[in-house]
Amino acid sequence: MTLTNRSRKTDNSELSIVENTYFPGIFKGMGVTIKHFFSKKATIRYPEQKRYLGPVFRGHHILKRDDQGRERCTTCGLCAVACPAEAISMVAAERVKGEEKLYREEKYAASYEINMLRCIFCGLCEEACPKEAIYLRHDKFVPVFTSRDQVIYGKDQLVEDMGDRYLRDAWTKEDMAKLWIKQ
Amino acid sequence: MDTVLIVKAIIVVAIFAISMLMALYETYAERVIAAFIQDRVGPDRAGPFGILQPLADGGKLFFKEDFIPAKADKWLFILGPAVAMSTALLSSAVIPFGDTIIVAGQKIDVQGMDVNIGILWIFGIVSLGVYGILIGGWASNNKYSLYGAIRAASQTISYELAMGISLLAIILMTGSLSVKSIVLGQHGIDWNIFYQPMGFLLFLTCSLAECNRTPFDLPESENELVAGYHTEYGSMKMGLYLFSEYVNMFISSAVLASLYLGGFNYPGMDFVYNKLVGSFGEVTGHNLATAIGTLTLFLKIFFFIFLFMWIRWTLPRFRYDQLMNVAWKWMMPVAIVNLIITAAAELSGKPLLYNWVGLAIFGAIYFGLFPIFKKKTVSAN
Repeated sequence: MTLTNRSRKTDNSELSIVENTYFPGIFKGMGVTIKHFFSKKATIRYPEQKRYLGPVFRGHHILKRDDQGRERCTTCGLCAVACPAEAISMVAAERVKGEEKLYREEKYAASYEINMLRCIFCGLCEEACPKEAIYLRHDKFVPVFTSRDQVIYGKDQLVEDMGDRYLRDAWTKEDMAKLWIKQ
Repeated sequence: MDTVLIVKAIIVVAIFAISMLMALYETYAERVIAAFIQDRVGPDRAGPFGILQPLADGGKLFFKEDFIPAKADKWLFILGPAVAMSTALLSSAVIPFGDTIIVAGQKIDVQGMDVNIGILWIFGIVSLGVYGILIGGWASNNKYSLYGAIRAASQTISYELAMGISLLAIILMTGSLSVKSIVLGQHGIDWNIFYQPMGFLLFLTCSLAECNRTPFDLPESENELVAGYHTEYGSMKMGLYLFSEYVNMFISSAVLASLYLGGFNYPGMDFVYNKLVGSFGEVTGHNLATAIGTLTLFLKIFFFIFLFMWIRWTLPRFRYDQLMNVAWKWMMPVAIVNLIITAAAELSGKPLLYNWVGLAIFGAIYFGLFPIFKKKTVSAN
């Protein structure tokens, strides 16, 4: 059985008189390297250039708002239950009169915290959420942190900004395939 | 006379500075070319496109611990890199980096010094260069370093023979040991490489060996000898070793360009010279023409440096017995044959034609008749 289609039988025959001057081999090798010298590079200048990671990449968490800018999260706690790393904690509060523009339903999250040291970016919170409130962004990483007090992300870092709404590039497999072809 | 002295001093300092700068940026070029050949981007963190990388590397080396092993011979250990570096820098003194410049009505050579034994000076200094490696390897008191040093010495001795003999052919053609007159003898496109294609290949191979570069980098073969002669070195002492290797490469490229590719000569130089003198006057025109010549020489040097790096990232290292076989059984006889052909061609009065005829006859004999006498060996499988 051949493992690759590039394997070749080892040539153990003696070098011919021309080959023995080493020149044919040298020129062949130099040709190969100069071809690679001008070919497209496999690596990129990373922090300046970034590769598209795909529409299903699981990055930074986001708490979505609805079309009218109301928070969708109702503090049901299903995400916290689903979370295998127990990274999510929240405190519920009841909506009072006059807050209908801020929260969609009667119950809302007074605080919603994700411990990024614990989070393993599995995306189970996203799957568990019945209100389509929490998502993992495909276009943004959780930045590097240098001290422990930067680790716990509160609502100020998680809730969606209405001026810069998050939209996923593709929801279905077909859309995704199209996107990959475009890359 | 004073102005001549000052201009000469400026030229000498400039040559020194340029060889240092070239060596500095050769390290960068080496890494970028290696990266490109391996489909990578290469160093790009320090400055735009990483052009400050050599400075960062140098700074790093300076700040590392300057360590001398307890059992090492302390003074020789310090002397080694110093010898390697100074010999590497000395040899650039006789290379003509340009024709002449006219300052205050006097013609001054763009060259450290135009001695009549210039090429001999280069060879002397280059063979001294191996002392740096030998002393360093011996003083380290480490078997791998010693192996590396001994390999460097034997390799240099073996390859200097073929190098010297192929150079003899050039001297035979020019009738002078002065590098300047060798270069001046190749006016326009009348370059020695057309007379000496085989000599050029031999000299190129030998200069790779003299610089301890890849097909011949046995002195520091990292998978056999840790790092060879500089295993015990660290900090700027190792930096000096690496640096001297790159200076050597620059000098070798300059020597190759001067001996075989016509130095500062380029096709159509008389036309350019007359045009420049015609439009800028005798002095400025002459100096501008010299500047263009210097630029041409540097283009040739860059080409050779690229070639050296290209070879380095293509060819694997020779085995030790192969190294010695190539030097003694192939290159030296071929160099002697080349010398004989050149001598005959010079006598014939038509050197260009008869050099090629001679080479063709040699090739015909070697490739045509030799296989008949070669005994047939049956391989094991």
